[in-house]
Amino acid sequence: MASDPGARMAVELIDIHKEYGPLKANQGISICFAPGYIHGILGENGAGKSTLMKVLAGFTPKTRGLIRIDGSNTEYQTPAEVSRLGIGMLYQEPVDFPVLSVLENFMIGQTRGFWLNRMATQKRFESLCLHLEFSLPPETPVQKLTTGERQQLEIIRLLSLGANVLILDEPTTGISSFQKETLFQALKALAKEGKTLILVSHKLEDIERLCDRVSVLRKGRVTGEMERPFDTETLLKMMFGSVPSPLKPSQTAAGAPLLNMENVSATGDRAGLRGCSVVIREKEVVALAGLEGSGQGVFLRLAAGLKVPTSGAIRLQGEPMAGKDCIAYQNKGVTFLPTSRLEEGLITGLTISEHFALKASHGFRVRWNDAEQQAQARIEQFRIKGKPGMPVESLSGGNQQRLLLSFLPDAPSLLLLEKPTRGLDLESTLWVWEHLYHYREKKTAIVFSSSELEEILMVADRILVFFNGGVIRDIKTAQTDVHDLGRAIAGKA
Amino acid sequence: MIWAGPSPGRPDDQASESKSMIQRHWKAFGLSLAGVLGFTTAILVLAGAPPLEAYYHLLKGSLGSLNKTGAVLTAWIPLTLCAVGLLYTFRIGLWNIGVEGQMIMGAIFATAVLRWGVESRVPLLYLAAAFPAAALGGGLWAIGAGILKTKGEVHEIFAGLGLNFVAQGILLYLIFGPWKRPGVASMSGTEVFPTDLRLSFLPGLRFSPAGLILAVIALLLTAWMFRHSRFGLVLKAAGSNPIATLLFGERPNRYMLLAMLLAGGFAGIAGCVQVSGVYHRLIPSISSNYGYLALLVVMLSNYNVFVVPVVAFFFTCLNVGSIQLPMMLRIDSSLAGVIQGAWVLVALAAIAWHRRKVRPEKEH
Repeated sequence: MASDPGARMAVELIDIHKEYGPLKANQGISICFAPGYIHGILGENGAGKSTLMKVLAGFTPKTRGLIRIDGSNTEYQTPAEVSRLGIGMLYQEPVDFPVLSVLENFMIGQTRGFWLNRMATQKRFESLCLHLEFSLPPETPVQKLTTGERQQLEIIRLLSLGANVLILDEPTTGISSFQKETLFQALKALAKEGKTLILVSHKLEDIERLCDRVSVLRKGRVTGEMERPFDTETLLKMMFGSVPSPLKPSQTAAGAPLLNMENVSATGDRAGLRGCSVVIREKEVVALAGLEGSGQGVFLRLAAGLKVPTSGAIRLQGEPMAGKDCIAYQNKGVTFLPTSRLEEGLITGLTISEHFALKASHGFRVRWNDAEQQAQARIEQFRIKGKPGMPVESLSGGNQQRLLLSFLPDAPSLLLLEKPTRGLDLESTLWVWEHLYHYREKKTAIVFSSSELEEILMVADRILVFFNGGVIRDIKTAQTDVHDLGRAIAGKA
Repeated sequence: MIWAGPSPGRPDDQASESKSMIQRHWKAFGLSLAGVLGFTTAILVLAGAPPLEAYYHLLKGSLGSLNKTGAVLTAWIPLTLCAVGLLYTFRIGLWNIGVEGQMIMGAIFATAVLRWGVESRVPLLYLAAAFPAAALGGGLWAIGAGILKTKGEVHEIFAGLGLNFVAQGILLYLIFGPWKRPGVASMSGTEVFPTDLRLSFLPGLRFSPAGLILAVIALLLTAWMFRHSRFGLVLKAAGSNPIATLLFGERPNRYMLLAMLLAGGFAGIAGCVQVSGVYHRLIPSISSNYGYLALLVVMLSNYNVFVVPVVAFFFTCLNVGSIQLPMMLRIDSSLAGVIQGAWVLVALAAIAWHRRKVRPEKEH
């Protein structure tokens, strides 16, 4: 190991740019990470946090900019070089070998030569555990550990590899509050010893509790820096900006209850869904707000019958739906449009006509002429750039989205839309919503998720805010604004 | 799902597209054929046999006389039936490795019915009933693997392989136990059925036209199903994307079971043809490895129903023709096995190469 443990390392990022084709993920970011500090990187999904950390950890090359370690310019190509420099990254998903034991995982990459010095390694392992107050069973296979324990293992592994700079990417997701406490104590102890700690998070609470200073990113730029003590209002403004919110008062009165969720919990995504009780009524347009993977996807899939709750009850039009599958939900007029078009929504290898044939006929024989005519009609109506005989994977993303929308039935009772306007330009978004609003005349309730606060405030009557697997706000659109929503999304309900 | 086979041919597409598709199939087929021939030649040379002479004997041994051609057709019928069944399971992305067992169960069910028919006054009725019974036997056996897959999350390869062993065990038990010939229990099988319980033969050609007709009907029916039926469309959809298929209102698991049922049914009928038309009794090697060979035929045909009979014919010619190689050229008899093993590898390599070449085109 090149770096000597205990050394203090300062890392400076100067004018970092990272472009993926036309997408500018980082646009001139400059941040200085000093030893002995816990430095937070705050921002919503897509702000550029992860990209920046990947650049720093050597996982992706920067487009331009400078990385300076202890004052000298440094260039590197691979994560291995970065690791030799003494920078270690803890990923959201632990990178380990599930069938190997804790100690074996710890040994990987540590020993040189052919023979394993098990005794000496175990001693080092135990002293590190003791030091950070982690209690890890050395002989247990890693697959039996919780996420929090795997994280602890990864931390001591990185430390023993000589890491002086530790990058932690959303470390508090999916771990218990007790483990979070242990983690925070350990991180504070490490900072005191002079390590440089970088905490990436979208959770204001974590940042405020743990960090000494914070840099806020938005749309690929640094929008502000702040040292302890933090001012929540200012941080939120840096995170979400202050957009004027085009408020639209709720026009129609909601009808009878359509979907009842009573204390429903389920697994899935990162956070799952916990104890969710929600009523959706006819003619309502309900937005699901929240950061990516906070439970909105699980909610939609539960409401569509694609997922089975681990506890709690779901009723549709008053009827209990326990033990019923997705088709039973469909028979009650529930239609779900997933966001991953080619993974869940459309069928690769089938043409547009074949999709309509699948949707339409229920006899034994496929009426190819009808299917083709219908495909042609919908292509024109939904302005899809494509021909009936084209396989769906050859369409562009926006056109795939329009095609999915064109499959919507005439009078569904409940429309579940996962990010229905993702990847569409503003004009198309407006067109889609104009089209969707027609469903209200048919008593249809629309539930949609979106990561665009502006879109949510523009079209929804009611907003459910998801945070870490739970609904933390249930408010009428008229009673909130961008600022208030931003707070809720960041976990400050 | 480990591998939903490349989308099978779509005769229903626009003319130009289906034309290029057919061209591509033939390209893959030609490539594999060249590979197989090259490899076989190499093996023959290594074994010290003059390749040209060997090929001459292969050709003569398979198509050299009416008798030989009859033998080729006799092998072609069960192979094609098994392959047709496999088209359904491959279409929905299932690896139905249990064709052997399904064929054996078909043969057992057929034998059971035919045994009742011995000394009956209406043997034709029993002979006719043997076919649906065999289809049922094979179908049930396949459904077993299907249920293990859909309900128990046992991978269909393991389920099928396990059921193959079980079927083989039952077969041997019956031949050496309850169904043994009076006084003797031997590898030569059960007692031979009387003539009126056998499929009729064409004199001189030594093969049964009834079996041929069945195989052709199976091919045409399947071609129609894939092109015109909703069933064929859903199989393809579920093979490509089960979740989306569910959202389109069809349950993929049901279609998996149906596809298994059909695949097993066709394999069962192949078993019945073997019992009533070829061996006229139940023997331990009743399936003759056609189940495994059929997997290769279908893969080499690139899952195209129109290519399957051609490839099957090509395979059976080589199979039947190689029987007399040891006699004529004094090559060790195991060489035929070596050559067949080589086909398998070359065919798979050719397909893998072809797929890699085709895929980038698809992504545009």
